[in-house]
Amino acid sequence: MQFLKRFARAKLPTLGLLIVVIVMVDALVGRWLTPYDPMAQNIMKRLMPPLGVDGGRLHLLGTEALGRDILSRLMVGAQVSMLVGFASVLVSGIVGVALGMIAGYDDRRIGRAIMALTDIQLAIPFLVLSIAVIAVLGPSLWNLILVLGLTNWVQYARVVRAECLTLRNREYVQAARALGASTPRILLRHLLPNVLPAVVVISSLLVARMILFESSLSFLGLGVPPSIPTWGGMISDGRNYMANAWWVAAMPGLAIFITVVAINLVGDRLRDMLDPRLKQMEG
Amino acid sequence: MLGYLLSRLLYAIGVVFGVSVAVFFLIRIGGDPSALFLPPDATLADIARFRTEMGFDRPLSAQYLDFMGRALHGDLGQSLRYQEPALRLVLERVPATLQLSSVALLLALLVSVPLAITGAVYRGSALDRTGLVISMVGESFPSFWLSIMLILILSQHFHMLPASGNSGWQSLIMPAISLAAYSTAIITRLLRSSMIEVLQSDYIRTARGKGLASGLVIFKHALRNAAIPTVTVLGLQIGALLGGAVITEQIFAYPGIGRLAIQAISNRDFTVVQAFVMFTAIVIVVINLIVDACYALLDPRLRKG
Repeated sequence: MQFLKRFARAKLPTLGLLIVVIVMVDALVGRWLTPYDPMAQNIMKRLMPPLGVDGGRLHLLGTEALGRDILSRLMVGAQVSMLVGFASVLVSGIVGVALGMIAGYDDRRIGRAIMALTDIQLAIPFLVLSIAVIAVLGPSLWNLILVLGLTNWVQYARVVRAECLTLRNREYVQAARALGASTPRILLRHLLPNVLPAVVVISSLLVARMILFESSLSFLGLGVPPSIPTWGGMISDGRNYMANAWWVAAMPGLAIFITVVAINLVGDRLRDMLDPRLKQMEG
Repeated sequence: MLGYLLSRLLYAIGVVFGVSVAVFFLIRIGGDPSALFLPPDATLADIARFRTEMGFDRPLSAQYLDFMGRALHGDLGQSLRYQEPALRLVLERVPATLQLSSVALLLALLVSVPLAITGAVYRGSALDRTGLVISMVGESFPSFWLSIMLILILSQHFHMLPASGNSGWQSLIMPAISLAAYSTAIITRLLRSSMIEVLQSDYIRTARGKGLASGLVIFKHALRNAAIPTVTVLGLQIGALLGGAVITEQIFAYPGIGRLAIQAISNRDFTVVQAFVMFTAIVIVVINLIVDACYALLDPRLRKG
């Protein structure tokens, strides 16, 4: 609670947090709150501009090429963005923190092998790698989460390793070791709590990037199956009608933009509060 | 200095070797790669014939040694669609991508470096706040959406620039802007915060105290040190640019390696995909080697390492 109060001292990040909460709630229950059925096609109502009224009912953000309500589709589309964003960050967080801690605690052979792995990973542009892997495995929600998760662990590994390298020589860790604590116990009980602030900060900023990546892959048709509405997929659909219906592609883009800005604002605030040194670790 | 560079070189060769293993397994993670290359309606007999033809029925170790042996001679396999060496197809498209990404990088630096320096020097000023907003916005746009909006406004509405293809410098402007947006944001933010940190350090106060001109302090003393973390990130940004080029080139139908890769994926031409991944990885490793060398020039302490 006190943390939240401190957080709220900055106005813009608080607004960001509010938006993030709204989008999250929307992702959870939005499908029952949509003004229209997001799947219902009605060719009579195709490409209505924002604020268009049909039969006394308002289409706040207009309709797309098959007459489906854009606002309703955006509300449902939040589901995939948020699910992929958070789930893939969870996957990369677990992988990256585990590898980073091992590499930081044992900087001999295993540690060096892990650091070489991070360099190999960084040498392959991650967008290229995920496109290729999804092309091989076939597009699906789980493949998307796994691919994004398993290609973005490097930042965690690097930061956590650097933290552990300094932490492991602290007196309390040496004392624990002298008392006969096992390596897993030292890692989990004594080191993990100390790297968590950094992990929270990286995660919050990574969620924003994952949402961007997910939308890029959906845009290329390599995300979830096209029957499920996604923000990236909606932009891709809207591209064909740009000349006479700009809103079809513009609205989902704005949704992504607002969500990502909001998450970044929260992430920046968390970084300033928890671990300002991380400013130097971006890439 | 020489020892440092030599050890970085050996390490880079190791990394390329690791990438080759990844590229080798890339088409094999789903099991038998034969099905991947052939159209969905291929018969079992077709698949079996293809498997023996490509050697996919041999032990993995033998396949890898064969793959590596040929790769060392610059042979990354034949494109099944174009019946041409995959590497040649990639290399043919390199100049176009190189042109696009260097223009994008130049653009990113031209905007971000002045913004970052003025932002750090006049911290909290209107200019500084504009810079922060620009970097926040640049970081939060999906680049493909920016591309589409640019096409909508600049080519469909105002008919100023061509929406696709590669016909002279006009075709480079919109793809370069979309590609540069993210890197501009990252570099501005990072250089600004390391400049601020450096400007507060003791030696800058000393330099100012002994009466050095403030331009000299900023550009000679502060920028040189603030540049170190930025140079690392620049190396990473080149990877991001090459990756981002995949999407940007696709949208603008720009004939570079990124578009080739997307086409190869939809054509099931996976040798070309492999050649593309291998090539970009080598480029990134080489660039990081150059970054390491720059490091040694910027920070004499590293030369002994």
